[in-house]
Amino acid sequence: MRHRPRPLTEQHVTPESLYLTRRHLISGLLGTGIGLAVGDAHASLPTGAVLHAAHNAAMSVSAPPNSWDDITTYNNYYEFGTDKSDPAQYAGSLRVTPWTVTIGGEADITGPVSLDDLLKPHALEERIYRLRCVEAWSMVIPWVGIPLGEVLRRFKPRSNAKYVRFTTLNDPTQMPGERSSILHWPYTEGLRLDEAMHPLSLLAVGLYGRSLPNQNGAPLRLVVPWKYGFKSIKAIVGIEFVEREPRSAWSQANPKEYGFYANVNPAVDHPRWSQASERHIGGGLFAPRQPTLPFNGYAEQVADLYRGMDLRRQF
Amino acid sequence: MDQLGLWSLRLLLITLCITPLRQLTGWSPLQRFRRMLGLFAFFYVCLHVAMYVAVDQRFNWPELWKDLTQHGWIIVGCVAFVLLIPLAITSTKSAMRQLGRQWQRLHAAIYVATLGGCWHYYWQVKRDVRPPLAYAAMFALLMGWRIIHRWRQAQRLRVPRTH
Repeated sequence: MRHRPRPLTEQHVTPESLYLTRRHLISGLLGTGIGLAVGDAHASLPTGAVLHAAHNAAMSVSAPPNSWDDITTYNNYYEFGTDKSDPAQYAGSLRVTPWTVTIGGEADITGPVSLDDLLKPHALEERIYRLRCVEAWSMVIPWVGIPLGEVLRRFKPRSNAKYVRFTTLNDPTQMPGERSSILHWPYTEGLRLDEAMHPLSLLAVGLYGRSLPNQNGAPLRLVVPWKYGFKSIKAIVGIEFVEREPRSAWSQANPKEYGFYANVNPAVDHPRWSQASERHIGGGLFAPRQPTLPFNGYAEQVADLYRGMDLRRQF
Repeated sequence: MDQLGLWSLRLLLITLCITPLRQLTGWSPLQRFRRMLGLFAFFYVCLHVAMYVAVDQRFNWPELWKDLTQHGWIIVGCVAFVLLIPLAITSTKSAMRQLGRQWQRLHAAIYVATLGGCWHYYWQVKRDVRPPLAYAAMFALLMGWRIIHRWRQAQRLRVPRTH
């Protein structure tokens, strides 16, 4: 341990209920050897409501997750500014309760759903996923969420629904970055229906066993671990089943550099930089770059989705 | 990495502020800071390049070569860096004396290098181009001032001849 012990006082005593849930969480994590990393991440302790989530080892990578600090202070979330530190600084203005998600488009059941009702039928899972940003940096993140496919099926998509379109909240009073025209607001993203139904696609509500901090996409965000990070849209207020490929914010902003699919692919470079390797955040200044894996290491699970496609053209 | 690049550009622009400031205030001791600031700028550019080669790319020569031949913004940045090398070498008093009028002409390369720095910054930004445009505007302002100043001086020299 690097930190110096501090004198203990009454306020340092953990309430029993919290202690027990923590035990639960840590015992879940220990199975994958994560416990030690959690112990080390004390630079600042996770905050937010404790979530009861069972660790899903089969869907998790064994790499140690990044620290709470790394994950919550190094963010790309242009709704709160374009610097990596902006979201942590300014996302406090977002009000996440109450929260409503509107389901629309080609499905039998549509209309507004409160976040509670959206989550209620599902058991929360913890999944440790790799995250690869299009800017060639990466992290490992212990998300808490529910499988997107299970949620989508509840609304009974019709046979002509081929894609799912997601929309972020559009409210410049809560998201000051939306006042500037850097991107076309609201931020939108999309998945092919089979991608959305894939068991790896996750609707996340938490991080490190706690509810999501605002800068990480609270209260509800997408996590698609085999695609570049910008596909994993944050603060979702709209989910729509559509027939045609929806526009996604980044490919709309610069179609030559960012495609609809945005699958992590070391063989297809960004026009201005190489995607062959990545800088792992938290590795320190002199840590070597890591090779980037096809589909961010999830090729075995997802490569079949793209059989017969020219991934160089449909990047 | 990004911070070192930003400070390189800031120091280059600060260096370019010295001459206009001296001309405006008439305070000639300012001129003595010009070389020091210029060398500081060069030092930061060197750190920026070293960081890119050693830390970012880890001396991966094939990857570096690919960057240098395929990515325009790397080429522009590299040209700016190379342009600054002779300026740093000829920054000594004796070099100034030896080169005489040539020294002035050679050191005008700082204008090209700073322009290259602005361009290099603009080109690598993902979407928010406002910060690089602000730096470019600062550069344009400093160059504009020089052009106007020179034009005014030319006017002033011409006046006695017309009488």
